[in-house]
Amino acid sequence: MDKVKKITKMKLFLPIFSMILVMMINVIYDIASGNPPFGFFSISINNGILYGRLIDVLNRGSEVAILAIGMTLVVSASAGTDISVGSVMSLSGGLCCMLLAGYGVTNVSEYAVPLWVGMLAGIAIACVCGLFNGFLVAYMNIQPMVATLILWSAGRAIGLLLCNSNIVYVRVPSFQFFGAYCGIIPTPILIAAVCVAVASIVLKSTALGTYIQSVGINKKASRISGFNSAKIILLCYVICGLCAGIAGLVATCRIYSADTNNIGLNMELDAILAVALGGNSLGGGKFNLAGSIIGAYTIQAITTTLYALGVSSAQAPVFKAIVVILIVVIQSQPVKDYFKKLSAKKAGAKEAA
Amino acid sequence: MKKKVVSLLVAAMTVASLTACGNSGSDAPAANQEPAPAEKQEAEPAPAESQAEAPAESQAEAPAPAADGGTISVGFAQVGHESDWRAANTKNYQDTFSAANGYELSFVDCDNDHAVQIETVRGFIEQELDYICIAPIQSAGWDTVLQEAKDAGIPVLIVDRAVDADPSLYTTALGCDMIAEGEAAGNWLAEYLNGEDANILVIEGSVGASATLGRTEGFNNIVSQNSNWKVLDSQSGDFTQAGGQEVMESFIKSYSDFNVVVCQNDNEAYGAMDAMDAAGITYGVDGDVTIISFDATHDGLQYTLDGKITCNVECNPLQAGFAEDVIKKLQAGEAVDAWTLVVDEAFVAPGITSKYAVTMSQEVLDGRAY
Repeated sequence: MDKVKKITKMKLFLPIFSMILVMMINVIYDIASGNPPFGFFSISINNGILYGRLIDVLNRGSEVAILAIGMTLVVSASAGTDISVGSVMSLSGGLCCMLLAGYGVTNVSEYAVPLWVGMLAGIAIACVCGLFNGFLVAYMNIQPMVATLILWSAGRAIGLLLCNSNIVYVRVPSFQFFGAYCGIIPTPILIAAVCVAVASIVLKSTALGTYIQSVGINKKASRISGFNSAKIILLCYVICGLCAGIAGLVATCRIYSADTNNIGLNMELDAILAVALGGNSLGGGKFNLAGSIIGAYTIQAITTTLYALGVSSAQAPVFKAIVVILIVVIQSQPVKDYFKKLSAKKAGAKEAA
Repeated sequence: MKKKVVSLLVAAMTVASLTACGNSGSDAPAANQEPAPAEKQEAEPAPAESQAEAPAESQAEAPAPAADGGTISVGFAQVGHESDWRAANTKNYQDTFSAANGYELSFVDCDNDHAVQIETVRGFIEQELDYICIAPIQSAGWDTVLQEAKDAGIPVLIVDRAVDADPSLYTTALGCDMIAEGEAAGNWLAEYLNGEDANILVIEGSVGASATLGRTEGFNNIVSQNSNWKVLDSQSGDFTQAGGQEVMESFIKSYSDFNVVVCQNDNEAYGAMDAMDAAGITYGVDGDVTIISFDATHDGLQYTLDGKITCNVECNPLQAGFAEDVIKKLQAGEAVDAWTLVVDEAFVAPGITSKYAVTMSQEVLDGRAY
């Protein structure tokens, strides 16, 4: 009994529970339709690569997971969201492909400049975007959503200008590698894993995580206790931009082209949702990075589940909404309180007996 | 205190933006409706005159530009630049309505924003252009601005997509018949399979798009005629390569036994091919799976020539010629049809002959204008 309590009291219990809940839908469906019950979870090596729906979830969820890292920090430090990340993804992919292909060229099979130049430029422009957002929020005291609204609309447009309004294809294997497979594992999974590992090591081994949380809890008090609150908020936005840049390059390499109209479209909403599903308060303060990452993969698990169930595309958003509502309600304070009361009552009854 | 100020500011901005919207929205009908009754009483001849004059003027001017090098001004409110197809469509308009051909084209890319497009058309009316072409982003919400154009006496051509408005509000419409495209794909498949069973997977376009609806309906018409055909699943890939790839990855896991994949545009087909490559499924003329795609862009037809996309049904983006014909007719004062069909073709991989499609070759590809 105590063990159960310990587990349910863990911070990550509810996010993980929600994710398992989503995946259980598949098990129920598979049993109902007479398939092997754990078909969703089976992983095999097929044609020399890892193969299975779980791999799809990890692979396709990479971009949102990477975005969720930056979004978590931004939400924590500034009690607001960065809604420009989707556009910044598109901009970073657009700049990278424009440099690699040369301006105005839509289809190349060799690089115009070395690969690292394009990649670095893509990530650099994303960091500049983060710097711009951070400056507006931290030093100009503009509401985060308003400040990031600027690049939300302008970022994609700049990307389109860079690509001369075309889809720019870079058909070079070393470019495709970052969106395809590294040995048997999809490269995006590895990139996301590296990003998460670096982020959690930096946050754990330095005091940065504590700084961010204290700024988020009380900006003024933190400043008085000697933190440079504005600088910390700025840093969070730059990290968020960096994450958007990496995610943008992953999405670009997947389709070896800069489809600036569609890359990262509405992904800022998924990233915010991931942070919320991870049990983080959008009001800032304490954060839980692992929760956000699990939240990101939960979103992808819902999408993949809907594909697996063959829910028609027109109805899919409704199902997605229902699942999201359920998850959010499960994690809400009144429901938590209710369960606490229930278990207290049980304990009381036991004692009385 | 700070919070209050901020919330006040936000409230003020909301109100401001609301009134701004209200202004731009309500100005238009006001401009249309208020003068109308007044004019009916005292200025009755005025609108009649201006309306009668407008076509007369443009007719009078029409021979003039040809004679002394003047130009016909055409405004084109394009959807955006979401695909290769749209880029080809744009380029075709820019080439056809070039200065060398005696036109002055005001091209505006509306970036898939309905409000921007309405404002663009309004701008064209203010500039008093001779003709306005609209490729509508949304089908609804056009009545007001079309009425304005009509009042200004500017002929409006609805191109590529349809609008949900009274046909009397615009001069003519032209575009492809998406249902016919779907049927063409189905008819070709029936001929190609020659009675064999078909287990079909469909990667649809964006939910609710006219191309998605038409191609799905047309293809399903033919499916229902073949009792041994079965559509296993149909999911949206949003007309993007990434979408096509993700949907195909899922299809491969759900269905082991399929032999036809229908992608509702070329970009989705590229994604589907990548997904099948990764899973080791062979496709194309020599493979296990037959891919049918739509749009027939240059890259798409290259895949058809390579025998990977077995059949590619065109949605002809070279519509400017059809639009020019209509404008020429109007210039000459001739009547035009309410609807002009832009003729589509289908293309099949080399080695296949079909009565429904053109067999692909390097010459055909080189001969394509886009």
